[in-house]
Amino acid sequence: MNTTLAIARRELSTFFNSPIAYIVLCAFLVVAGGLFFIGVFPGGQATLRPFFGLAPVLFVFFMPAVTMRLLAEEKQRGTIELLLTLPVEDWQVVIGKFVAALGLVGVGLLFTVPYAFSIASLTEQPSSFDWGPVFGGYVGLVLMASSFLAVGLWASALSKNQIVGFIVGLLLCFGFYFVDKLAIFFPDALGEALQFLSVDYHFDNIARGVLDTRDLLFYFSLTAIGLVLTTRTLATSRR
Amino acid sequence: MVSIRGLKKSYGTTQALKGVDFEVPKGQVVGFLGPNGAGKSTTMKILAGYVVADAGVATVGGVEVGPGSIEARRLIGYLPENNPLYEDMMVLELLRFVAEVRGVPKAQRKAKLERAVERCGLEKVLGKDIAQLSKGYRQRVGLAQAILHDPDLLILDEPTSGLDPNQIVEIRHLITELGKEKTVILSTHILSEVENTCQRVLIINDGRLVADGAPEALKRGEGTVTVVFASRLGPPLEQDKVRSMLEGVPGVSKVETADAEGGGTLGFALKYQLEDPRRGVFEAAVKNDLLLLEMRHQQVSLEDTFRKLTTV
Repeated sequence: MNTTLAIARRELSTFFNSPIAYIVLCAFLVVAGGLFFIGVFPGGQATLRPFFGLAPVLFVFFMPAVTMRLLAEEKQRGTIELLLTLPVEDWQVVIGKFVAALGLVGVGLLFTVPYAFSIASLTEQPSSFDWGPVFGGYVGLVLMASSFLAVGLWASALSKNQIVGFIVGLLLCFGFYFVDKLAIFFPDALGEALQFLSVDYHFDNIARGVLDTRDLLFYFSLTAIGLVLTTRTLATSRR
Repeated sequence: MVSIRGLKKSYGTTQALKGVDFEVPKGQVVGFLGPNGAGKSTTMKILAGYVVADAGVATVGGVEVGPGSIEARRLIGYLPENNPLYEDMMVLELLRFVAEVRGVPKAQRKAKLERAVERCGLEKVLGKDIAQLSKGYRQRVGLAQAILHDPDLLILDEPTSGLDPNQIVEIRHLITELGKEKTVILSTHILSEVENTCQRVLIINDGRLVADGAPEALKRGEGTVTVVFASRLGPPLEQDKVRSMLEGVPGVSKVETADAEGGGTLGFALKYQLEDPRRGVFEAAVKNDLLLLEMRHQQVSLEDTFRKLTTV
């Protein structure tokens, strides 16, 4: 536990010691702020729906950007040898990096919380503002972020090249976002299966404020699969 | 402390290790020699628990090393080849991180850190980014992270590569110092380093161990004696006769013609394996009434042994 946290802490301090964290966070907040603005002002509606509605697209781009260097850089600089000869299990390394990435995303999401409060104060009766969908939306965002991060982490483990890590991560995340958009072209049964694989579909459910175990299970499974694959891939760098 | 049995490792189609066996008792300082690509680093990587062997067993302190061998890794301090370090961290940050992941108990952390810093002379650079350090300091940081947790075994892959002569001497002192209490396995290209710091030399070539012994033992026992004879009493020397006389000298394994000095002198190079034949040569010269103009003894250097064992 301590070693995992030590790795996560080191990773977070690297994020914040380098421009990456600030660039990613700024870009994320600018785009998220833009989405928020579009919903409230031109639309004239006090709602977070456009923000939550487009967040998955945003995450498709930003999550691989957060994870791309996590393992690729270690491989490229050779520090992976230092790390993997310390008395830590490979999975602890993976979890540590994952936690750090989730931490960074958490910081980004924290900065968007004021949006919710502004919306609440803009409604006619702030006291009767329905916090359910907002809460659900944030839970959904965290779950979606963790599944994208796990997938992105695996992409980063695949090669020494951060750009490859980013592009593979982007493609995978996009795949999990886009898969249900194809559903209409397929017979119902297959369409449903595709829908179930979609990160977006489950997010919509949660963002409506409905916490269904099936949706939670989907995100947990995707995250777990990503992390297990990463651990596996990391182990092959020992060959 | 270290035991390696039948270690094999291939990278794709290249066989890096073709069955290596050796043991290192506690407290020994072992120099690992070999040309580039001979399998030194691979052996060290396996021992350090980074790379997994295809076949064979490696144990450190009785614990088998492997991908899950956390216990074995606790006993080891490892300085990888090229000394990879997190460039964006400060020296102190890196050392703290390693201490934490190494599981050095909080109560001892400060003391152990200070000791490693002091031993490696890092007091002045603790607050500097590793990226800014000179190569010598970088190497010291690498060593400091390796000795931080007071390991029983130190594995140092080319600890002096890329350093200037002064830095090499410093690092060498440090290794000698560490070798007093720890088992050390170090690889190097610098043969004099091995002679100075190691009690034992392992030479590896093409994935196999080709020599194992004390540096003196690998040097001694072999050499060349060059001699130049002249006629003492007048009659010209007969090449064949002198040659057969020399062949009869105990210890001489091979007689070759060598440069002479002209004017009826004869020169020979005598190779020997075990016994120094100089006394025998002198006595034979006296007995056969030959004038010994010159006798030169050349011991095989570690370099010669190395070259002989590692060139095909």
